[in-house]
Amino acid sequence: MTHFLLNGEPVDIDVEEDTPLLWVLRDNIGLTGTKFGCGIGLCGACSVHLDGETVRSCQTPVGDVSGKQVTTIEGLTREDLHPVQQAWVEGNVPQCGYCQSGQIMSAAALLAENPDPSDADIDLAMSGNICRCGTYGRIRSAIHRAAELMSEQTDVVQHFDPDDPLVRRVS
Amino acid sequence: MSGVEITRRKFLVGSTTAVGGLALGISFTGQKVEALPNVTDGALQPNAWLQIRPDNKIVFQLDKTEMGQGVIASMPAILAEELEVDPRDMVVELAPVHGDFQDPMQMTGGSSSTRTRWDVLRETGAKARTMLIAAAAAKWEVPLDQCVAREGRIHLTGSDRSATYGELANDAAKLPIPKEVSFKNPADYRYVGKPLRRVDSIAKSTGTAEFGLDVRVPDALTAVVLRNPHFGGPIDSFDTTEAEEMPGVTNILQISAGIAVVADTYWHARKAADKVTVAWNKGPLEHVSSDWIRSTWEEQAKQEGKSVRSDGEGMQGLDLAADVTTAVYEVPYLAHATMEPMNTTARVTPDSIEVWSPNQGPQIVQSLVADALDVPLDQVTVYSTLMGGGFGRRGIPDYAVDPVEISKALGQPVKVVWSREDDMRHDYYRPATYNLLKAGVDDRGKVQTWTHRIVAPSIMATLIPTMSVMAPQWMPDWLTNLLVRGAGSLMKTRDASSHEGAGDHPYQIDNIEVEHVYFDPGIPLGFWRSVGHSQNAFVIESFIDELAYKAKEDPYEFRRRLLAGNDRLLTVLNLAAEKAAWGTVKDGISEGIAIHESFGSVVAEVAEVSVDNNKIKVERVVCVVDCGLAVNPDIVKAQMESGIVFGLTAALKGEININEGSVVESNFHDYKMLRMNESPKIEVYIIPHDDKPTGVGEPGTPPIAPAVANAVYAATGQRIRRLPLRLS
Repeated sequence: MTHFLLNGEPVDIDVEEDTPLLWVLRDNIGLTGTKFGCGIGLCGACSVHLDGETVRSCQTPVGDVSGKQVTTIEGLTREDLHPVQQAWVEGNVPQCGYCQSGQIMSAAALLAENPDPSDADIDLAMSGNICRCGTYGRIRSAIHRAAELMSEQTDVVQHFDPDDPLVRRVS
Repeated sequence: MSGVEITRRKFLVGSTTAVGGLALGISFTGQKVEALPNVTDGALQPNAWLQIRPDNKIVFQLDKTEMGQGVIASMPAILAEELEVDPRDMVVELAPVHGDFQDPMQMTGGSSSTRTRWDVLRETGAKARTMLIAAAAAKWEVPLDQCVAREGRIHLTGSDRSATYGELANDAAKLPIPKEVSFKNPADYRYVGKPLRRVDSIAKSTGTAEFGLDVRVPDALTAVVLRNPHFGGPIDSFDTTEAEEMPGVTNILQISAGIAVVADTYWHARKAADKVTVAWNKGPLEHVSSDWIRSTWEEQAKQEGKSVRSDGEGMQGLDLAADVTTAVYEVPYLAHATMEPMNTTARVTPDSIEVWSPNQGPQIVQSLVADALDVPLDQVTVYSTLMGGGFGRRGIPDYAVDPVEISKALGQPVKVVWSREDDMRHDYYRPATYNLLKAGVDDRGKVQTWTHRIVAPSIMATLIPTMSVMAPQWMPDWLTNLLVRGAGSLMKTRDASSHEGAGDHPYQIDNIEVEHVYFDPGIPLGFWRSVGHSQNAFVIESFIDELAYKAKEDPYEFRRRLLAGNDRLLTVLNLAAEKAAWGTVKDGISEGIAIHESFGSVVAEVAEVSVDNNKIKVERVVCVVDCGLAVNPDIVKAQMESGIVFGLTAALKGEININEGSVVESNFHDYKMLRMNESPKIEVYIIPHDDKPTGVGEPGTPPIAPAVANAVYAATGQRIRRLPLRLS
């Protein structure tokens, strides 16, 4: 049995300890926002936060997260969109969207550590995340925009109810 | 509250008479009357695309599937513009297979969605608007011209009176569908031509968008399939003893594609699959390797091919030329590598067959599944999902058959998940080709003769035999087989995808001969973003660049001279040069230019490149596109950015190698992708137009490889004639 905090909620999970966190999240718990892309830690689609640090959940045995805090894309959004998500929506970043959960988790961790990253900082933090649709330029701009939103501390973020089946329009 | 809802379609087939006969669609293929999707009492439903319900929900059936290219935003906007409703207030559903959507087949590809749907979606919106106005006028007993449609309501002019479309739907549905309708003046457009935000951005930024891999059908098991890495090779023997003892495993069975290992979770299935020992037969392509292919090309290029273009004296024109430039260009096989690996979920019961599949052709999924189970087409229900990328790969949905076979055998729903390695080694690849070019340039810089011999397989020739399932069901098997075999054989030399963009290049040269030598090593082939243009633009635009230097002329000016009179191309080319400040000195930077027409659109790109220690870095790309009317300029821009990064990945890194009839590469460590730190600054400019839209999803890709190769030549003097670009 492995105990950890998942998006603030305690979780007990009874699987083999070498099971990658990715598949525990997706198959055992049913949180499918974290994506499977390569299975060898090279694409970043499965990125989550482990005690605030970005990790590749496909390379993280669930036994290693025992007693720790895991945050997934579902946990990034509480009442409101996270500023990174707000910037993503404003900038029309996602195309197919499949890699974006991982991109957003990497970006959110970067901004938590470095509130005003340079392009070089962004390159360093984000180059582990592949986007096959080529949204890199928009991701870079959106990270700068998210940094602005976070520094303004304004209430521009909009209401978002994660349980509502409707996906709301951005006005 | 207004909202956009992206729903997985719920397939409701109701009485078609309940809505005044409006809910009738005619299937072009079977001449049978099909129920429209989502039939609801009292709804206005002029065809399968649009439904206005009494509860004021306006439902749009997205018949083209969404893989990132943005049809989910652009197509509803076209209809909404004429309907006079905010497209973001419509409910978008991913459409089922339906006769209204077949032209001739329901599939998404060829950068065709917006351009082929422009007319019908405008008409549908305008017809529904006309009917709603007529219903309001009748209800209020006023002349038609006093009723105005605006933002989802019909307003009575000069009064506060209005009614929602939902309130009028039932009355409108009883009216005849008008044959003639008037369209809005483009100057009054509120949604078309505007950079509306994508409706799927929030779902895709919060992890709530449902891709194929995220589909959760109750009680579904997960399977992985072991496939022979050697194409066409059978299984000699296998042993599952150890695998059967692994945790969570429920079944191991042989299916058409290989050995299916079924378990409660993906990880259990994958771990158990590692314990299956298999002796794979190396099959009919054991002799095929990348080296063998390259050496065979040289032999093949010595023979004459089928002429695909012959102008003036053709090949004989070379005799007129004093100075002949000869070059050989090669491109490798390429995998699609969509971020979401192939997958499909199926539930087969004695009464129904349901398939949840990320696909570019729901009708092809339906046909493949019906054929595999030997049932009529209408027994197979396909639910298309959002796709984590397509790029042409999901137009050949072979992956949809495996879970159907397994689910039928087990009597339980099954999701089949491909690993990245499965995905890379069992793709339908962009063909590898060999190109022998010769051109004569006289001492005044005039190109007298251009000859191009393309040694290439044919995508269609390899696909048609497997597409026999698409033949009408009334056709006896022997006739289908005969036609398919015949068509496949004909295609070997008539498949435009082998020479598109090369046979029809736009440069004015008196003597042109382009030939295609059919040579197919047998590796599975498919449609890869921009298809034949993806390699032919590299060949043509690199060789033109060579000739510019031969003629001692600036590559941009040289192209201008050979494109004289072609206003559309010149406008695009000139703007690219202007925006890139072509010809000005930039410190440490070299520039290359290329232009290519594909899918009805013209794109020119200028690449600014730095070379350090034999490493090529693309710093900036200026892109100009003429795509007719840009329905959503921000999506056009995004697609150009996307096409450039996709093409740049192939230009700098992409190479699938073959050994013993199997693919050498397996994952992102040896089939590398462009990443953030290698991604150039991209500027996109759109030529303004009021015309119809032309293609957008693919045309950004072809010019980037030659633009970069030409810049590398400018920087180093090395003309690289083989992709991916590597400096020696």
